[in-house]
Amino acid sequence: MRKRSIIPILYIAFLMTPIYFLVSMSFKTTNEILAGFSLFPETFTLNSYRAIFTDPTWYWGYINSIIYVTLNTILSVAVALPAAYAFSRYRFLGDRQLFFWLLTNRMAPAAVFALPFFQLYSSVQLFDTHIAVALAHTLFNVPLAVWILEGFMRGIPKELDETAYVDGYSFPRFFMKIFLPNIKAGVGVAAFFCFMFSWVEMLLAKTLTAVEAKPIAAVMTRTASSAGYELGLLAAAGTLTIIPGAIVIWFVRNYIARGFAMGRV
Amino acid sequence: MRTVNQRGWFFVLPVLILVAFNALMPIMTVVNYSVQETFGNNVFFWQGLDWFEQILRSDRFQAALGRQFLFTAIILAIEVPLGIVIALSMPRKGIWVPVCLVLMALPMLIPWNVVGQMWNIFTLPKVGMLGYFMNDVLGVNYDMTQDPLAAWITVVVMDVWHWTSLVVLLAYAGLVSIPDAYYHAAKIDGASSWSVFRYIQLPKMKTVLTIAILLRFIDSFNIYTEPFTLTGGGPGNSTTLLSIDLVKIALGQFDLGPAAAMSLIYFAITLMVSWLFYTLMTKDDAG
Amino acid sequence: MARITLSKLRHSYYPDPKGPDDYALKEIDVTWRNGGAYALLGPSGCGKSTLLNIISGLLTPSEGRVLFDDNDVTDLPPDRRNIAQVFQFPVIYDTMTVRQNLAFPLKNRGVDEARIAERVAEIAEMLEVVPMLDTKAANLSPDNKQKISMGRGLVRDDVNVVMFDEPLTVIDPHLKWKLRSKLKELHQRVRATMIYVTHDQTEALTFADEVVVMQEGEVVQIGTPVELFERPQHTFVGHFIGSPGMNILPCEAAGDRARFQGHEIALEGPVTGSGGTTVLGIRPEYVGIGDTGIPAQVTKVSDVGRHYVIDAQVGDMTLKAVSEEAVPEKGASVHLAFRPEQTRVYRDGWIATEARR
Repeated sequence: MRKRSIIPILYIAFLMTPIYFLVSMSFKTTNEILAGFSLFPETFTLNSYRAIFTDPTWYWGYINSIIYVTLNTILSVAVALPAAYAFSRYRFLGDRQLFFWLLTNRMAPAAVFALPFFQLYSSVQLFDTHIAVALAHTLFNVPLAVWILEGFMRGIPKELDETAYVDGYSFPRFFMKIFLPNIKAGVGVAAFFCFMFSWVEMLLAKTLTAVEAKPIAAVMTRTASSAGYELGLLAAAGTLTIIPGAIVIWFVRNYIARGFAMGRV
Repeated sequence: MRTVNQRGWFFVLPVLILVAFNALMPIMTVVNYSVQETFGNNVFFWQGLDWFEQILRSDRFQAALGRQFLFTAIILAIEVPLGIVIALSMPRKGIWVPVCLVLMALPMLIPWNVVGQMWNIFTLPKVGMLGYFMNDVLGVNYDMTQDPLAAWITVVVMDVWHWTSLVVLLAYAGLVSIPDAYYHAAKIDGASSWSVFRYIQLPKMKTVLTIAILLRFIDSFNIYTEPFTLTGGGPGNSTTLLSIDLVKIALGQFDLGPAAAMSLIYFAITLMVSWLFYTLMTKDDAG
Repeated sequence: MARITLSKLRHSYYPDPKGPDDYALKEIDVTWRNGGAYALLGPSGCGKSTLLNIISGLLTPSEGRVLFDDNDVTDLPPDRRNIAQVFQFPVIYDTMTVRQNLAFPLKNRGVDEARIAERVAEIAEMLEVVPMLDTKAANLSPDNKQKISMGRGLVRDDVNVVMFDEPLTVIDPHLKWKLRSKLKELHQRVRATMIYVTHDQTEALTFADEVVVMQEGEVVQIGTPVELFERPQHTFVGHFIGSPGMNILPCEAAGDRARFQGHEIALEGPVTGSGGTTVLGIRPEYVGIGDTGIPAQVTKVSDVGRHYVIDAQVGDMTLKAVSEEAVPEKGASVHLAFRPEQTRVYRDGWIATEARR
């Protein structure tokens, strides 16, 4: 092992320590937690997890989160695809300004939008629905998806399009049969980022929901405040919120580096 | 290159409608509030630019803005160099690469309030791992609910923990795109490892690092959930960053006018800095 | 400048190679004289890049030594070998100007400013890049970038060997010959030992005094361009060099005669050894078409400019002949005559006839 690999190892150890702490705490009993810190659970228990999986307010939190995240991912990528194609292939009146305006929405502080969103989605009768959160999250996910996809599409030579037209492909057929397979890494990465930002965002998700579509992480806040310190339960719920992210990232592991660079290397 | 084709607008239309729905109407609402005064009952009075003046002059806003800039400056100064160093020392190929990348990306995939909550428990004296080590093993008096400095350091460390990987992954993407021949040539030319960094690696990482700094600036400037769940903005107002203050005014006190004016000022600052970065980036694309 | 000796060199990318197939580079033993121009020629994957990296010091060979003059440099790192290398894709330092690029290797070695300026001016003049000295290197065309990366090697006056790794790959076709003759000219001016790696026989044969032909990690022949053409030591050389390549025809051989499709054919000399697979090798240039000889049927005639290439069928075998004069039509019956001093037998690929004295 080379000497400098010590740096990534130390860094990963630093990243994993709080996560390990959380996971180990989720297997401890409340008494053990409150008695003081211990590195390993002394009495290993699955009670916290059992509590979560038998209480509908808990597990519906997960289902709600997954529903609106999935809706948002599909919606964002679907509308971003044609737009990214236009930005990467055509020049049209105001294209640069439009692109920048889209990006400004990625830059907007979510806190600025919390109250107006509450009013907007209430007025269109969408408050406390999955659709409301999915739509609200497109505010920052669509610009991001457009940006990522445009980066990947720029890497595909324009000759590909021209050859397909010469071969007699119609535009929709070309787009679905030839173009999409060529940028599937980009689509994967864009979907991953939409998933990620929708999954981790909480301010808007919390503001736009009350009961029916309440996300898991918001359920946690309620538990923390109403039932006092049920730390084991909280830790178990937190651990469970890490799992979907870990699963999704495993699928795009070979594109992560390039994906984070938005296809721009 | 790209051809002139106004059909582009047709392709962009769905995005346009969706984002306009989400962005334009709320912004109009905010602008509307920012120039009016209300005492409830949906009765509004024209207020002009008074709110803006009041916000810009208020000590509270200036303090929050100062804390915000300080916070962003600190985390950029730590995360960017640290991210570059880690990316440089990562393996370029082999089975450890995906393992490293996945583990490093993991903190970014945790919901933001879980991050805040996790660090909150992590730092609890006695119960939390960090609190236990600081107080009981090292004997340092560490309690971030009492000590503003401890709270600040904890918020910064949490952000470093949460987001340094973004810089690492971007820098790493830039590094792996450098062909081996460059390193070979540098070896033959007798270049020192500093020269290799300065003349080969850094120029190749320029674009991705610009993206990294841009994203880190925006996201740290807009940060809300993590520090709020960690410290609640306290002790006192010591860790009340801009977003936290804004939400306090808007949803806590329901002072819609000042909150709206503050939102617009806040947004304008973010926009200005981001625009600066954006022009820098696209200038390179064109040249 | 130095004489280069490769002594019993072998290399494997596996930590403990089992058989000969595990070696990317099978044994090579050769000495290159000081100031010579050499080419390593072979298809991709033949081990020529491995050999180049061993000479430049980017790879340490599994076995054997590399000597520059009498110094053993096998374990020295690249920067202490005083070598220069031009890569397939131009490697330049984008953020520096052309002048800074050329000065870089000297600066790293702590040469004083005045000497650097003098050398840079000299090399820039030689490469004809004086007008671009102060432009950013990133803005140059590929051929100029290649010149600069070559210049970074030549700027050092202590350079032992300059190596070229397929340097013309990214150069536009109409500029290729220009840069190639520039290389040749530079070689004559600086008299440094130069090694040129390529898979293009034209580049190798025009550049080098001596060509090393490699196949599957093995050196199959080392010789001057004329030797490679006139007397290939291996069927691979015969086939790879020449256009079209040598005719390779299954035969039986005994004494100084070979039997091919029932016809007796005179060879350059007596056959050596026994066993193995024997083939007859003759270049199309030495197959004559006339009234006497082996009867054959013309199956194809192609006009390639300076001459015609004729495909002729003998029994169930097709062979090629080259003719400069008026040629028979397709389908015509002709007779083929093989020039005996250019007709050889190869056993398991290697030459198996004694040369005529």
